[in-house]
Amino acid sequence: MHSETPLPAELHGQVEELRKEHLLIDVRPREEMNRMVLEAMEDTSREWKWAMAFLGLVTVVTLFGAWAYLMSTGMGLAGIRRPIFWGLFIVSFVFWIGISHAGTFVSAILRVFKAEFRRPFTRAAELMTTFALMGAGLYPLIHLGRTWRFYWMVPYPNQRWLWPNFRSPLVWDFFAINTYLIGSTLYLYLPLIPDLAMARDKSTGWRKKLYTILSLGWRGTEEEWRHLTKAIQIFAWAIIPVMFSVHTIVSWDFAVAMKLGWHSTIFGPYFITGAILSGIAAVGSVLYLVRTTMKNMTYFIRPEHFDTLGKLLLIISMGWTYFFFNEFILEWYGGEHTVKEIIRFYTQGDIAPVWWLMVICNIFIPWAVLWNRNWRRKPWVMFLMGLIVNVGMYAERYVIVTGALSRNRIPFDWGWYQPSLVEISIAFGTFTLFLFMYGMASRLIPLIPVWEVEEGHHAHSLRKVGKTVVPSVADLE
Amino acid sequence: MAGEEHTKWVMVIDLDRCTGCNACVTACAMENNVAFAGEEENAYGRGMHWIRLVRYWEGEYPEVQMRTMPMMCQQCSNAPCEPVCPVFATLHSEAEELNIQVYNRCIGTRYCANNCPYIARTFNWFDYEWPEPMNYYLNPDVTVRRRGIMEKCTFCIQRIRRAQEEARLEGRPVRDGEVQPACAQACPTDAIVFGNWQDPHSKVRQLAESQRGFKFLEELGTEPKVIYLSSQRHEF
Repeated sequence: MHSETPLPAELHGQVEELRKEHLLIDVRPREEMNRMVLEAMEDTSREWKWAMAFLGLVTVVTLFGAWAYLMSTGMGLAGIRRPIFWGLFIVSFVFWIGISHAGTFVSAILRVFKAEFRRPFTRAAELMTTFALMGAGLYPLIHLGRTWRFYWMVPYPNQRWLWPNFRSPLVWDFFAINTYLIGSTLYLYLPLIPDLAMARDKSTGWRKKLYTILSLGWRGTEEEWRHLTKAIQIFAWAIIPVMFSVHTIVSWDFAVAMKLGWHSTIFGPYFITGAILSGIAAVGSVLYLVRTTMKNMTYFIRPEHFDTLGKLLLIISMGWTYFFFNEFILEWYGGEHTVKEIIRFYTQGDIAPVWWLMVICNIFIPWAVLWNRNWRRKPWVMFLMGLIVNVGMYAERYVIVTGALSRNRIPFDWGWYQPSLVEISIAFGTFTLFLFMYGMASRLIPLIPVWEVEEGHHAHSLRKVGKTVVPSVADLE
Repeated sequence: MAGEEHTKWVMVIDLDRCTGCNACVTACAMENNVAFAGEEENAYGRGMHWIRLVRYWEGEYPEVQMRTMPMMCQQCSNAPCEPVCPVFATLHSEAEELNIQVYNRCIGTRYCANNCPYIARTFNWFDYEWPEPMNYYLNPDVTVRRRGIMEKCTFCIQRIRRAQEEARLEGRPVRDGEVQPACAQACPTDAIVFGNWQDPHSKVRQLAESQRGFKFLEELGTEPKVIYLSSQRHEF
């Protein structure tokens, strides 16, 4: 963009249109972008403080308060009973692991495929990964009968030579989640370094001290950039198989069990697709909140981004439907009595409202709305779509976990589960915890990767072809 | 030690003899310090009984017949509960070929209970109190469990151990019929018989060879150690 021949005057109208549409053509000086991002970050307004205080308080009461009550009284405060030994805690665990796939998908997969539209919101999505994983990681602790003995799942040397049981999927979970949490946090941190250095150079007081430590003495030399881009490339490739492994292993918690309705070979890819579906949907919702509540964000996050997210969401919803259909049609064809009863229970039994809620929210509504470009481009529509799809995905996990457990091979022991107030409170508290952590982080780190946007500006240019102008992209990496 | 090396404890339950009187359930609760969950919790589906009567109704009213099937941990040789426990709280004992539940090791993931096709496991949802005067009746041979851990039928392992120790002191193998779990002892119709499979003259061995014998959900490959006898086998 910077050293090109000026376009003829008669095309200026078209150029203006394109600038309005595409962030990466709408070049602004680096200084101005720095200022915009820092202004959004340092905007600790009264409203934000009240919101954070409220979210923090609600989290302390509904999540940690209820958890303490649960621990001191007993797991009986949850609604679970024989034969349904897992309830809302495991549902929420799978749900948050699903949300955590947002960041990796958006920033790693789109990065290695060089999808340019990712640039302004890779970090916003990566932050979701880290915080969703933290929320998810609480549940394996919350749902334990004796939480204070959780460290027995950790392989640490002890006098009795007792190790965890490496045949148990719960131990695989432990390793998979920790690997993913560490990997994705590092992957969040690496592209953050140049922006932290930028914030260091432009801030004063405690922020200056904080960013001086966090930016690790970044000066922006050519050597440093070479190392950084190399490291980001390696991490982007490496985190993708980790992401696939995490939700596959979560699905194995169910699939390896001798439980009809769980014992399905398709659960690995089915769960991964579901996770990416809920993750992408959540990115849409969070981007809407970022765009409407933070300063200067309408420049960085535009209808074009919601449009592309909408297309992705539609395609992944179709992918999810494919696996969903496979899962049911093949089980049904098997014709086993208990499986037939489970399918009847899902579609017509007591749990049918939840099952149909899943079908409506994950298939009917996205397919009815997302084909339309005008709707996709409306941020509030994508906000609502994000919420709807996530309601559907929560319902999916609810059906799989509690629905399948309600029916077994001994009809005398069939059961029915209803979540208790304590469970609902804890599940709700994780949402406020997520929003609280996200809100705090949005004022502590630059939420927009300025250097990546600038890189995008350099890569994009407008070219005159005949009587029109077209945007073109050069490959910088 | 001759008695210990070649033991494979097996239970035979004759469904044709079972009257559904629940004596086994009561005896088991007394022997094994099974907690009193209380009326409400029981109705909610949190009874702590290690053995239960799976009950079915046959026929149309008024020609209704009740059929019962005592159900407890089947002590599977290939147990689905064992591999899923992350901390080895449920594992296989080599000596007795039984499924052991180590209360002190259990952290309460409840995965074992989800994976049990016999729904044999019960969970301590709360710290339960024994109502007066039942708190004076606790069996000193059996651990009292606290909240947050899983428990299940042990084939009255404390009785197996006692019989083995007595036999060892007298320098003889354990005699057939010497070990009797509480449920078998209490059964008024002798529907439940317990013994050593390795002893070719044992009562369980002879009963198990009956034409009426079957193992419940055997097709899952769990290799259960409870053999049911029924002349109406197709019903189950």
